[in-house]
Amino acid sequence: MPSGSEPERTAIKVEDLSVTYKTSIERRPTLKEAFKRVGRRERFIHEIEAVKNVSFEVPRGSVLGIVGANGAGKSTLVRSIAGILPPTSGRVEVNGRVSTLLALGVGFNRKLTGRENVTLGGLAAGWSREELAHKYDDIVRFAELKKFMDLPMRTYSSGMYGRLAFSVAVNMDPDILLIDEALSVGDARFKRKSFRRMRKLCEADSTVVLVSHALQSIKDLCDHAIWMHEGELRMWDEPDAVIDAYTEFLEVGDDAVTMEDV
Amino acid sequence: MSTQAPQRHRLEDEFTSEHHVYEPHKVGLPPIGSYVRELWRRREFAVELARTNLRAQHFNTVFGQLWLVINPLLLAGVYFILVDILRSGSRGEDFLAHLMAGLFAYYLVQQSLNQGVRSVVSGGRLILNTAFPRALLPIASVITAFMRFLPTFAIYIPLHFAFGMPVGIEMLWLIPIGLILIVFASGMTMLVAAGQVYFRDIKNFLPYATRIWLYSTPILYYASEVPDRYDWILTVNPLAPIITAWSTVIDNANTPALDDMLLATAWAVGTFLVAAVFFVSREREFAVRI
Repeated sequence: MPSGSEPERTAIKVEDLSVTYKTSIERRPTLKEAFKRVGRRERFIHEIEAVKNVSFEVPRGSVLGIVGANGAGKSTLVRSIAGILPPTSGRVEVNGRVSTLLALGVGFNRKLTGRENVTLGGLAAGWSREELAHKYDDIVRFAELKKFMDLPMRTYSSGMYGRLAFSVAVNMDPDILLIDEALSVGDARFKRKSFRRMRKLCEADSTVVLVSHALQSIKDLCDHAIWMHEGELRMWDEPDAVIDAYTEFLEVGDDAVTMEDV
Repeated sequence: MSTQAPQRHRLEDEFTSEHHVYEPHKVGLPPIGSYVRELWRRREFAVELARTNLRAQHFNTVFGQLWLVINPLLLAGVYFILVDILRSGSRGEDFLAHLMAGLFAYYLVQQSLNQGVRSVVSGGRLILNTAFPRALLPIASVITAFMRFLPTFAIYIPLHFAFGMPVGIEMLWLIPIGLILIVFASGMTMLVAAGQVYFRDIKNFLPYATRIWLYSTPILYYASEVPDRYDWILTVNPLAPIITAWSTVIDNANTPALDDMLLATAWAVGTFLVAAVFFVSREREFAVRI
């Protein structure tokens, strides 16, 4: 229901994005160490260029897959699309309501119950109490965790954890859903269920960005894929082509292990 | 647009609008207007987080609540006996009232700091995965401390009468003084919360710092009793004018001195502004630091 203006067909536009951050390489930064260092004139700051000059676009209603080795900058890229990490240079333009996963900080405090985590995560993401009450039952039903919502999240298995996070994210009715390595945690049945749900979102003109090591999932679900390598965009193409190039790069061939989970 | 029309209007801003553009910040500060708007829109989050914190401290059980009142009362009793012994048993009920009211006000600041120092660092996944104004985290700690302050103050009120302390319309001054105290506590809490991200041992120094701070604030003694050579302690201590004003109202039902009020307000507002700029300009870095 665009009011007046032409509906924007590009959901996400990333232009020449670089994200560099400084991080301390001390295991645990302390004042004591900082004082001790003053005399020695050392600085334990390390710059990480997590994302370097990346540009791509995601049209509305499509699924973009992101593949790449550990430390390739995939998560940083997704977080800068979500507005969590600011660009160092370049520009990110996002049209629509964003929902991130593993998102909403669900499970941010493992001592709290599932219910408390959903409530706090939802309120932090900007939901009102009414919206939250309205959607709470749907979230619990989709996650199939009715019996566990009043238990502390430390008692959850990683699968249950992922199911709850996914359920919260899709039930926000997002225009843009960002999923970072989440589908590997559910069992096969939940995986199928979540695929169906994501397709439904896309039919409703939502956009999905999916980071996954499960290459088969990328092939099945995505309309486009990008391959990140050491912060740079190696390839942006059809999923099959990107996956083929990526698996060849990994030199492990197209065997079932890589296709499912590495 | 999406098939599910949003139930309420979306603001054009950094955190939730339909259209976002992320560009490098020229300066560290995000647009203040939308930041404050978003902060206000998510006030429910801060309140809920404060409640959850309390629940984690077993505030929802009878004994938990009782303990939150008994603990400060016990401490007040211990401090009273200690001071009374040092003064050869010359202290009366009026001093006990002064000490309790001052101590409970001081604990509001101390609790904010103790809770707040961990607020950002323990925000982990929430900070990594959700874009929201991070200042809500230390603010929630201050709300928690305020929620713990209320029952102790409620206990104090009947004691105030029982000890035959003066009562008057001037007592209404406690409201603005309380506000100044909360503004100051919020500022200090933001400072330690952001500081803890960079220096993880602030949490360990904090108990020493707050203890020294308690002793250098006119709570265990009257401000008027401080010898000249220690006057400088009250001069450099931002809590001194705030607590002195608080005690003037509690002890004598008097209007607080103007210079105390001005100094208290200046300290509170100054600390809050410096802390807010420090915190907000740094907060986007928290995601990579925790």
